[in-house]
Formats: sequence, structure tokens, C-alpha cells
Amino acid sequence: MSDKPAMSDKPLLSVRNLNIEGPNRLRILNDVSFDVAPGEIVALVGESGSGKTMAARAAMQLLPAGVLPAGGEVLVDGADVLSMNEDQIRKLRGAKIGMVFQEPMVSLNPAHTIGSQLTEGLLLHENISRDEARSRAETMLERVQIMDPRACIKAYPHQFSGGMRQRIMLASVMLLKPKLLIADEPTTALDTLSQREVLEVMVELTRSSGTAVLLITHNLGLVAQYANSVVVLERGRLVETGPVERVLRRPEQTYTKALINALPRREPDRVPAARTSPLIAAENVSVTFPGAGTAFSSAEPKLAVDGVSLSICPGEAVALVGGSGSGKTTLGRALLGLVPLSSGDIRFRGKAMHSATKAEKREFRLSAQLVFQDPYSSLDPRQTIAEIVAEPLDHVPGLSRAERAGRTREMLEEVGLGGFGKRYPHALSGGQRQRVAIARAVIRNPAFVVADEPVSALDMTIQKQVLDLFRKLQEQHGFACLFISHDLGAVSRMADRIMVMNRGKVVEEGSVGDILDRPQHDYTKALLEAAPTLAITEKMSA
Amino acid sequence: MKRLRINGILGALLLGIVGGLALISVFWTPYDPMKVSLRERLNPPSLIHWLGTDEFGRDVLSRIMTGAAESLVVSICTVAFAVLFGTLIGLFAGYVRGLADRLLMVVSDALLAFPGTLLALGIMVIVGPNKYGIIVALGIAYTPSVLRIVRASVLSAREREYVEASRVIGNSELVTMFRHVLPNCTAPLVVLATSMFGWVVLAESGLSFLGLGVPPPAPTWGNMLASARPHMERAIWLGFAPGLCIAMTMLGVNLLGDALRDRFDPRMEDR
Repeated sequence: MSDKPAMSDKPLLSVRNLNIEGPNRLRILNDVSFDVAPGEIVALVGESGSGKTMAARAAMQLLPAGVLPAGGEVLVDGADVLSMNEDQIRKLRGAKIGMVFQEPMVSLNPAHTIGSQLTEGLLLHENISRDEARSRAETMLERVQIMDPRACIKAYPHQFSGGMRQRIMLASVMLLKPKLLIADEPTTALDTLSQREVLEVMVELTRSSGTAVLLITHNLGLVAQYANSVVVLERGRLVETGPVERVLRRPEQTYTKALINALPRREPDRVPAARTSPLIAAENVSVTFPGAGTAFSSAEPKLAVDGVSLSICPGEAVALVGGSGSGKTTLGRALLGLVPLSSGDIRFRGKAMHSATKAEKREFRLSAQLVFQDPYSSLDPRQTIAEIVAEPLDHVPGLSRAERAGRTREMLEEVGLGGFGKRYPHALSGGQRQRVAIARAVIRNPAFVVADEPVSALDMTIQKQVLDLFRKLQEQHGFACLFISHDLGAVSRMADRIMVMNRGKVVEEGSVGDILDRPQHDYTKALLEAAPTLAITEKMSA
Repeated sequence: MKRLRINGILGALLLGIVGGLALISVFWTPYDPMKVSLRERLNPPSLIHWLGTDEFGRDVLSRIMTGAAESLVVSICTVAFAVLFGTLIGLFAGYVRGLADRLLMVVSDALLAFPGTLLALGIMVIVGPNKYGIIVALGIAYTPSVLRIVRASVLSAREREYVEASRVIGNSELVTMFRHVLPNCTAPLVVLATSMFGWVVLAESGLSFLGLGVPPPAPTWGNMLASARPHMERAIWLGFAPGLCIAMTMLGVNLLGDALRDRFDPRMEDR
């Protein structure tokens, strides 16, 4: 795969006994060493806080303020980056080492056109004319499979989806033909389908130009599919390293085993709850949003949910799967009455909400709950954890102060956060916050809970813990649940039934076994194929 | 963190001095601030009159102290007026949106288009030149800027998921508004209110300077500055004392305001 075999003996990036310290001499990285050879894809794996991003940023001297290297060296092509001055390092950045960041929504400057951002680096590092830079940018956009590159050059970042932006970002980095590409969780913020597109493009581009890749990720599924070798970090220490096949099939360290264990795998299908009269049902529900439009004209209204019908029985767990923009979140909110329906109706315990009395609507409101996707914005930063969890009890009549405090304490214990009551959300990790959000949704014993991508913002190992907790609570409290996700892997262990949604319509519906083993619709097949987490577990059990 | 704490202490100290002077003046002043003594006109600072005497021979220190009480009461009431109405209207407009929001913003923008002092002058003509007139006039003049800030923070706060979470829990709109939206808008409000306190001290002084504030002979820092103007060449201390008081108050308010904002934000706790 490398067309310059002469170089292949010497590693392109060589990290030797690297130590990094944060504020107060806190060790972030401890004696970490690894190599990246030309043309190779090396995955740097670990949970949040394991120091994987810091290790990669050290290679470009892009450490945040207060974080300093404290010994060791980072050699790029034999030269130590850590001892370079500002001028030398600037020649290295972009030209020799490119970097793709995690958040495609904020890593492109919204005030500049795609074209000017793509050509910026070219004009800085190479002595070429504007027209030449533009034509090279267009070619590169075509290679990352952006349709109509000519129009794209003149467009602004907000006009593209997350996956497209990440590919544009990739194009801007690869334009400079770097020898090393550092990709920091490039697909964590994307849904499964765009994730696959971005990674396929990245692998194709780097293979053809012989660029080495340092892929930072918490997702072992991606590692199995795309990387040659893997470096596992735990709390700043190197735990295990080696070729991917060896590490994933025969992990030597307990931590690596735990990481592999956290991957979603097919579990024996759950015995579906007996189908009784439905608890909640949607009949031909459509939701339209007014179009955004410009200051002078209003755009076409957007049909987000297009005539969907579904029913969920008491105690049943239904998964709703689809890519971003498929309307799954809108449908979940419509079921809770949070967005107005443009047609159709919701029935709760047989009562049509359209014509329900105020009291009936209130009863519905109180017995249906929602767990949000983003644990960082769904908790009020000015309330303590205990206040957040206790708040729903305001609407339970006749509860004494002591009973209230007792229920809150029990609930916090139940989600594994006993003793956290007096803290504020900012002092909690993402996984802990999501536990708080779940506790808040469950404390009033709801009949129905919508969980909107509750784990997609979390690390793999934390995902497993939160999913296990959610499943345990669902079984104990017996509430019905609509579990919204873009990841078929995560869904397979949670649901009795799966519904697949695309462009506002439900395209396929069936038991977990039916959908995963005998998918009918093309979209379902594409989703399944793109779910790397499933692929690896099957590969390993085979 | 350390630096902030020192700033806060310094600010509190400055305000403490000014507030202390005002408080003492209610019970005791070295001389009667109104007592005219033509024989002691324009005396420089001395052991008998620490800050000298003015053109009517009145003791400047006594007048500064009484003026402090007057100026602080006016400023606090004005800021309270503007913050109360600005917050309520801003919260309502930002949360409800729609036609009500648009109408309120048109009115507030129209008010904002006038310079604050000029607007206050106009209102003073209607309500009359006295303490309450100043409070109402400056209060109305400063309400639109509070309204703008609050509305902007509300617009961003109401889109946060915890606001929707509050609705899902079953809270009414009013509870959601006051329990989850308003507290998360207070940080810019505290900063604005403190710096506004400074502006009001200035504006009040300015109005008094123009003869539209608290009518003489009752002293305020503003009308003391005004009456000091013709004698500036011979009696520099006359302008110096009230000017220093205004400057100290503004500095103290700004330092304390920053410290308070950081103190009240739980996210800043362990930084």
C-alpha cells in the first residue's frame, strides 16, 4: 500500500517515554512510547481522560495552556518536536502533520466560505496562485465525495451536514499532503452511516498518498475495522500495544478485556412482553416545521415526520433507529406532546389526546417522561443533583418533606449515585450526568419513557454501564420505553422490537432477530453494514 | 481566584467607606450641612474643617456625608427600578416571543435610541425635579438596556434542554420561567446592574449639576460639583471631594460586581 517502501523501516512518528503534566504537576501521561510507520493506521484507544488527545496534541505542540511536556521526546521524521521553536513548529503543522478534530460543527469557521478555508493552508505553505489553489481544492472536494465541488467552494459551513463537514475538514487537511494525519475522534459526533462514509474516505485518501494516520477513538469497533495496530491507554499509562488482530482476539491485560467486553453484542433476544392493549399509540402522525428561509422569504415547510403509526404496550421496549435527520427525535417528542402535530393523533391508554380534557392531558404529561441526548445541557447548572432528581416530586400530591428526601436518596442509590446529592452537575462526568437524567425521569414511576439517544455522547465503557442501568430500571419499574438511537448495536440489547426510520417514514418494523438477521429494506441493510460494533463482535465470535 | 477575592475585598471596602459615611450622616455630621457662615467662605482644608468650606461657608465634609446618603439612595432605588421592570418585561418577552415580544422590543428600541440622560431630562420635566422624579426618570431611561440583556439571555436559556426537561416533568410555564430560566440569566444581569449603579451615580450627578436633580440647598455629590465649578480656580478642594467620592463608588461597585458574579455561579466554585 505504500509506494515509497524505502522509508518504511524508519517510523514517521516516534513517541519516546513521553510524560505530560497538567496544572499542579498532575500527571496526564506517564512514560508512554509508541511508533507510527509511514502508511500505517495506528489507533490510540482509551476512555475520556485517558490522555489520548494530549498524546496526539503533543506531536504538534498544541497542548492547552497549563499543560506541559515533562520529559521524553516526540520525534517526527527524526526531529524532536518538543524542542522546536515557534517558527519550526509552524512549518511542521499542516504541511507535515494534519489534524482533524472531533466537532465538525465548530471546527470550520462559520464566517468564511469553504473555498477560502480550503485554500488558506495551501497559500500559506505553498507558493502557488489563487486559481491553482482553487482548482486543487475542487479536485480534493471531489475526492472526498462532495457533490458539485464548484458550488461547495462558494458555500458556507452551515449549509452542510455534520458528515459532509467532516469530509470537507478532511479535504482541507489532506490538500497539504501531510505525512501524518491525526484524527481526534473524527466520527464520534456523527451517526453510523456518516461515520462510515467519513472513515472510508479517510482510509482511501491516506492509503493512496501513503499518509500515516493516528486515529484517536474510544470505539474499538472502528479500530477493528480500520486500524493496523492499536495502542491502549488507561489514565495516562500505556496498557497494551500490538497489531489489531492480536490485541482484539487475545487481549493480555484486564483493561483491554474490559474495553472489548463493553462492545455491544447480540444477547439472547428478550421474551417480548405479552401484547395487551397498547399503552400509547400514534395514528398517522405527521409533523411539519416552518422552513428557515432568509430575511426576505420564507422557505418551504419541512415535513419531519410523515404519517407514522405505532403502538407500544405497557412494559414494552421499542427501539427507533435511523440516521440524523430521519425524524426519529421529532417523532419521540411528538409522542410526548412536546411538538404540535400537523395531522394524526396520539392515544394514551385509549384516550385520544386531541380531544382529551385538561385533567387527562395532565395525567398523560405526568406519566410520560423523556431522557435527553446531551447530558451537558439537560441538567440545570444552578440546581444540585438532589434538587434536580426531586423536582418531579413537586407534582406528587401529599408528599411530606421527609418522604420526598427519602425517595430522592433511594433513587440516587438506585442509579449508583448515593452521596452525590449535594453536588452540582458541572462536577459530574457525562455518564454520571446521564444517570441523574435517568433518575429524574424514573423517580415518579412513569408509565412511558422516551430515551432520545441517551448514550451517544458517552464513551463505550460508560455506554454499556448506562445501558445496563437503564435496562435494569426498565425491568424493575416496568415502564414502557421508546429507545431512540442511530446505533443498531446499542439497540440490540435494549429492545423487544425495532423500528427503522428514514426521511420521516418508518421503513421497516420487526423483532430484534428479524431486523438484525433478516433485514428487508435497503436502508436497514446499509445501517447494519455501517454498525462497526456489531461487525467486530461477530468477527470475534466466529 | 486569589486575585478575584482581593478585588472583591477591595471593592467591598471602598463601598463600605462610602456607605459608612452615608449611614453616619443620618445620625451625626461634624457641622450642620446647611448652616451658612459667610465669614468662613472658601476656607481651605484645615483641622477645623477637614475638607474645607464652600462658597457659603458650609462644611464640605458634612455636605459630602449627607450627599452620600442622598446619592446612594437615589442610585440604589433607580437600579432596583430598572432591574425589576427590565427583568420582568425581558423575561416575559424572551420567553413568550411572538407579537408581544415584537411590540415590547419596538418600544424599548425607541427608548434606547435616546441618550439616557436626555431621556431622563425629558421625563424630569414631566415628573418634576425632586428625588422621586430622578428615580423614575433614570429608572425608565435604564430599563431598556436591562430588558435587552435579559431578553437575550432568556432567548438562549430557553432553548437549553433543561427547560424542556422542566416542562416534561410537568412544571407550569411560570415555574419553568422563574426556576430554570431566570436563575441562568443572572450572571450578565449582575454585571450590568453593578456597572449601571455607577452610571446612575454619574447621571444623577449630571442632572443635579444641570440643576434638575435634588434641588439645593440639600447637598448631593452632583450639585456640589455644580456649585464648585465657578470657584474651581480658588478652591480646588470643592470639586475634588465629591469627584473622589463618585470615582470611589464606581470603582468599588465594579470590583464587587465582578466578584459577586463569580461567587454566585456554581460552575466557578472550584476554579
